Amino acid sequence: MTTQKRMDAGLRIFFTGVGGQGTLLATRMVGEAALIQGLNVTMSEIHGMAQRGGVVESSIVVGDIASPIIADGQADVMLAFEPLEAIRALGKCHAGTTAVVNTVPIVPFTVAAGQGQYPDVQDVLEDLQESLAKVVALDAVTLAREAGNVRAANMVVVGAFAGLQVLPVERSAWEESVRRLLPPKLHDVNERAFALGFDAGRAVA
Amino acid sequence: MHELLSPDKGGKRLLLGNEAIIRGALEANVGFVAAYPGTPSSEIIDGFARLGDEAGVEVEYSVNEKVSMESACAAAISGVRSLCSMKHVGLNVAADAFMTLAYVGVKAGMVIVTADDPSLHSSQNEQDNRFYAKMAHVPMLEPATPQQAKEMVLAAYEISEKFRIPCLLRTTTRVNHCRGVVELGDLPSGSVQGEFQRDPFNLVVVPMVGRKLRLQLLEKEKGLREVSESSPFNRLEGSGPWGIVTSGVSALYVRDAVRELGIEDKVTVLTLGMTYPMPERLMGRFLQSVDRVFVVEELEPYLEEAVRNTAQKLGLGLPISGKGPDGIPEAFELDSLKVKKALGRFFDVPVETPTPLSAPQDLPPRPPNLCPGCPHRATYYSVKKIFGEEAVYPTDIGCYTLGLLPPLQMADFLICMGSSVSTAGGFSRVLDRPVVAFIGDSTFFHSGMTGLVNAVTHNRNILLVILDNGTTAMTGHQPHPGVSITAAGRVEPRVDVEQVVRGCGVQRVTVVNPLNVKKTQAALEKIREEMKEGGVSVLISRSPCPLFERRMLGTKQRVVFQVTDACDLCRDCLSQLGCPAFVWERDAGGECVRINETLCNGCAVCAQLCDAVKPKKL
Repeated sequence: MTTQKRMDAGLRIFFTGVGGQGTLLATRMVGEAALIQGLNVTMSEIHGMAQRGGVVESSIVVGDIASPIIADGQADVMLAFEPLEAIRALGKCHAGTTAVVNTVPIVPFTVAAGQGQYPDVQDVLEDLQESLAKVVALDAVTLAREAGNVRAANMVVVGAFAGLQVLPVERSAWEESVRRLLPPKLHDVNERAFALGFDAGRAVA
Repeated sequence: MHELLSPDKGGKRLLLGNEAIIRGALEANVGFVAAYPGTPSSEIIDGFARLGDEAGVEVEYSVNEKVSMESACAAAISGVRSLCSMKHVGLNVAADAFMTLAYVGVKAGMVIVTADDPSLHSSQNEQDNRFYAKMAHVPMLEPATPQQAKEMVLAAYEISEKFRIPCLLRTTTRVNHCRGVVELGDLPSGSVQGEFQRDPFNLVVVPMVGRKLRLQLLEKEKGLREVSESSPFNRLEGSGPWGIVTSGVSALYVRDAVRELGIEDKVTVLTLGMTYPMPERLMGRFLQSVDRVFVVEELEPYLEEAVRNTAQKLGLGLPISGKGPDGIPEAFELDSLKVKKALGRFFDVPVETPTPLSAPQDLPPRPPNLCPGCPHRATYYSVKKIFGEEAVYPTDIGCYTLGLLPPLQMADFLICMGSSVSTAGGFSRVLDRPVVAFIGDSTFFHSGMTGLVNAVTHNRNILLVILDNGTTAMTGHQPHPGVSITAAGRVEPRVDVEQVVRGCGVQRVTVVNPLNVKKTQAALEKIREEMKEGGVSVLISRSPCPLFERRMLGTKQRVVFQVTDACDLCRDCLSQLGCPAFVWERDAGGECVRINETLCNGCAVCAQLCDAVKPKKL
């Protein structure tokens, strides 16, 4: 019901992570799955200087929305691949936002160099839970390792989002999206990672 | 087959704006493509480089944007449709060619993509390149979506060919790097053989020819105005008394904002896709049909000036607004919320906005950084050891610009590509301090060579450090004239940096591998002494970009480094080298420094600086 209501007005999904985590691939995965499902979808990414270990942000809008980017307070969903970046992106969210958050930190080098402190992950998650309508926090790295490759943590997060069924996309379309975007040798591990995330998401949907 | 060569006419693909531009050019039977990479345009030339052979398209990574435009115009003047693409500041480099190419024109269609970067996501400024169209009298199309980008490329070739003038396709980051549904069209078959007809009194621009062509250009513009008047890209929607004028990606923000404000039946929206020449009659009819007008556009008041101009010509006194403190900001990109608020204020409609949450203020920043194992870090570390705080360090554009961040802080001045060496020459004449400039290999070829010749000519007392990592790393590892690593393995470079430097007349040229810290610092010591004699010294600091080398040659990493118990917690590794593989941790047991083995690249620079760091075989 909530899903239907959201889709009438369109759905804005904000992605945030750290360079090297596969944030853009995950974004494409969601976009491609929505396209396979026949939804109207637009994605926006930033390349270039944004990489090199910095923050990577991207967005997807689905439904009857023309603007490709998400303004402050407009994200209906946030997929965060790193907890510090989840809390940093809070300004994109509103009280009704649903978030999927990987709980494994990547400490920025500025902390190592003594510029600021990495916040306590538990505090970050509590903050998010207090502010947002729903937060699915999961250790995507451990689940990805279980699937066979820690680098598939991005697929775990996408899977958890799929499992929440906020976006009306069928399981088969998600799987087709994985197959379209990855070379055959990576299908198995990514499908397993997606499935582990999916189950975690569905359990709390 | 490359996915952009799919013959699936009518098929739908989720394409990046830049991919849609490639597809559009392929559907228009483009035969020649040239570009120097630059965000947000790089994927255009990279895509062409991947599919060129298969598609029968000649593809050139040019040495800079001016060269790319000249190269591509030669094809177009010979009857082969061509394309060149560049970031917005690239058109500054190509502007000399551009302004007079507008006079001389083309025979086959030529499209020039200028990719503007509002909000400076990856640029040094956010100039509005729409003014180039106006200055050169060149037609311009401004797409809003990938689908429209593809359609406009096709239309641009038609316009260009019909009027024998290049056509500008002006995009912004949110078009280039937006991915949307694009419907594929037909791919033509068969390439066109170039043919050149000698015609010096139209093709060789001496003053008498230029005078004639200037008048022809103004004549062409009359015809182009008619194209704009009837262009399907310039359209009116709605019939309400409140007028809105917009173009490009701003049109999308307007659409969402109007719907969210619930004012669909109160507005008339003039959406412009062909923004040079302006469709003045269409705009006039629009202005006569509304009682006030608001202009929504990113960056400068380009449309707004045209609207005011048209209203003045028609003697219309209706209120016109756009840029201003209560309106649309001039700086940075827009979004639907900014547009909604501005429209609400102007039309006096209540605005409901989401209540954004706010992030805590004291979060540690995560700026981009030189990668672990990056040879630039090693070069900076050594130069800083020898030249210290006293020297002035002009720098240039590339990954190495990140050397401005702590702890390296090895960047003092930068304005544009190639400015390192030329400004170093200037600094050296007015300052009584050593001047050490940094430039990357690709940037050196792009626009550093002329500055070096200038410095030698005037005997400037500078050290130019050429950071030679064998690729154009920042924009995605594109080749340049000096590359020695290719997919086929190691090769002799076509143009060797060292020979070029010597050819420019530099007597003191040293080549080092910066990953060897001791030898590099010894070389720098020697250079510092030699600089007392005056004149130009060049240090070529050569070590391949590790990401590139691994990708191209598939070399495996053999070793990682570890911090052993001998660590005395001096933290020099963190405060001086700043390699992101280093981690500082504090827990109940005290503090420690360690190396994240998944990030360590095995470059061994840290191990040369600290006895507590030891290798571990993989």
